Amino acid sequence: MAMLEVKDLNVYYGMIQAIKGVSFEVNKGEVIALIGANGAGKTTILQTVTGLLKPKSGSVFFEGKDITKTPGHKIVSMGVAHVPEGRRVFASLSVLDNLRMGAYTRKDKGEIAASLAEVYKSFPRLEERKNQPAGTLSGGEQQMLAMGRALMSKPQILLMDEPSMGLSPIFVNEIFDIINKVSKEGTTVLLVEQNAKKALEIADRAYVLETGKISLSGNAKELMNNDSIKKAYLGE
Amino acid sequence: MSLVSYLFNGLSLGAVYAIIALGYTMVYGIAKMLNFAHGDVIMVGTYIAFTAISTMGMSPAAGIIISIIGCTVIGVLIEAIAYRPLLNVSKLAVLITAIGVSYFLQNVALLIFGSDTKSFTSVVSFRGISLAGGKLNISGETIVTIAVCIVIMLVLTIFIKYTKPGKAMLAVSEDPGAASLMGINTNGTIALTFAIGSALAAVAGVLLCSSYPALTPYTGSMPGIKAFVAAVFGGIGSIPGAFVGGLLLGVIEILSKAYISSQMADAIVFAVLIVVLLVKPTGLLGKDIQEKV
Repeated sequence: MAMLEVKDLNVYYGMIQAIKGVSFEVNKGEVIALIGANGAGKTTILQTVTGLLKPKSGSVFFEGKDITKTPGHKIVSMGVAHVPEGRRVFASLSVLDNLRMGAYTRKDKGEIAASLAEVYKSFPRLEERKNQPAGTLSGGEQQMLAMGRALMSKPQILLMDEPSMGLSPIFVNEIFDIINKVSKEGTTVLLVEQNAKKALEIADRAYVLETGKISLSGNAKELMNNDSIKKAYLGE
Repeated sequence: MSLVSYLFNGLSLGAVYAIIALGYTMVYGIAKMLNFAHGDVIMVGTYIAFTAISTMGMSPAAGIIISIIGCTVIGVLIEAIAYRPLLNVSKLAVLITAIGVSYFLQNVALLIFGSDTKSFTSVVSFRGISLAGGKLNISGETIVTIAVCIVIMLVLTIFIKYTKPGKAMLAVSEDPGAASLMGINTNGTIALTFAIGSALAAVAGVLLCSSYPALTPYTGSMPGIKAFVAAVFGGIGSIPGAFVGGLLLGVIEILSKAYISSQMADAIVFAVLIVVLLVKPTGLLGKDIQEKV
C-alpha cells in the first residue's frame, strides 16, 4: 500500500480547472519529485493534499485512510507536514516560537525538546537566531526555518513546495543536502520543484505535470535522460 | 484641580473605550473583519446585567458574571451564524452583515425591554477618594474602571505572548493558511477571539453604565463607534494601540467637553482621528510588516 495516494483529482478555482484527473502515489521511504513549469498545478496539488483546498472530485489517501474531507488542521497530526511555497514563516514571531508552532499538535514536552535539538543540529543558524523575529531572517534562513518548523511535527511524510525558489546557489545546495538527510533518516518526501535538475538528482521517481495533467512519470534517473525532459526542463 | 479631575474622568471613559476597542482590534487582527455589531453586544451585556441585578435582585458580582457569560455566548453565535458562512466572500458583504446584526440586536432589545431609558445602578460600592482637602474627588467608578482596564490589558498581553492559544491567535492573524498547516484550527481560533472580545464588551458595558447610568437599546452604538475610532487611532490590529487609542480618545473627549464645547466634543474627537490618519495612516502604534519574498 502506498503511503500517500492521490486518485483522479480534479481541482477548480472558480470556473477554471487547475488539476485535471491527476493520480499518483508515494511509497514509504521514497523521494518523489513533482516537476513542471510555472502554473502547471504543482502547488495546487500539495494544497489539496493538506486540506488548504478542497477538490471537486477525486480522493487523497494517507496510509490507506481517505483524508479528502479531513479539515486541514487535522492532517498534520496524522503525520503529513507541508512546507509551503514562499516559506510563509510567521514574521512577527521569534524563530523559536515559529518552531514551537510546528509542534502545535504534539503534547509530549520531552519529545518536543528532543525534536528542537535535532532541528538545531540540522540548522545551527536557527539556534543562533532563535530569539530574532522570523521576518528579519534572509530568504535562505527563512526556508530553513520553514523546513525546521515542518520537521517539528515529526512527520512521516514531508511535502516541500519550491524550496529552492529565490535562493542563492549555495543555499539551494544546502537545502537539498538537508532534504537528502531527512530522507535518509526515514522521512518520506514529496518535492515540488521548478528546478527540475536538482529535484531529479535526489528523487527516486518523478511525475511531470503539464497544465494540470501528468504527462510523464517514471524513474528519476531515466527521466533525466529523456530527450523531451532534457529539452523542456533541463535546458539542454 | 479641576483639570486633574477632568483628566481622571477622561481616563475612566477612555478605559471603557479601550476595553471595547480591544474587541474590535482583536477581531480585525485575526478575522480581518470589522465587527460593527460589537457596540451593540455591549448594550446587550448591560441589559443582561441590569435584568439580573435590578429586576431579579442578584448581587452585582453574580450579575456581572451572568452578563459576561451571556455576551460570550452571543458573540460566538453571531460569529458562527452571521459571519462564518461569509469567510470566503467579499469583505463588503461581511461589513453589511455586521451592520445588519447591529440593527438586529438593537431591535431585539427594543422588543424585550422597550424604548424607555432604564437607570442602571452602579455595581461599584467603593465610594472613591477625596484628595487635597476635598478639592479633588475621584469617584469609585473612575478608579475601578481604570484599574479593570489595566488588569485586562496585562492579562491579555500575557495570554497572547505566553500561552499556546494566544500564540495560535498571532499565527492565525499573520497567515491563516500557514497556521492551519501547523494544525491550528483557524475557525476555532476566530471563535475564541469573538468570545474574548464579547466577554470584554460585557465588562465595558457594566463599567460604562456604572458611570453613565442611562441604558437604552442605543446605549452601545456611540461608544461602539468611538471605540472603533480609538482602535483605528491606535492602529487597528494592535492591542497596545487599542489601549493607548482608547485612553487618549477619552481624555480628548472629556477635555473638549470641559474647555471647548460639549456640543462640539464628538466632532473634535473625529477631527483628531482624521488628522492622525492623515499624518500616520496606520494609526499611532500600527505597523505594516514588510513581507520578504
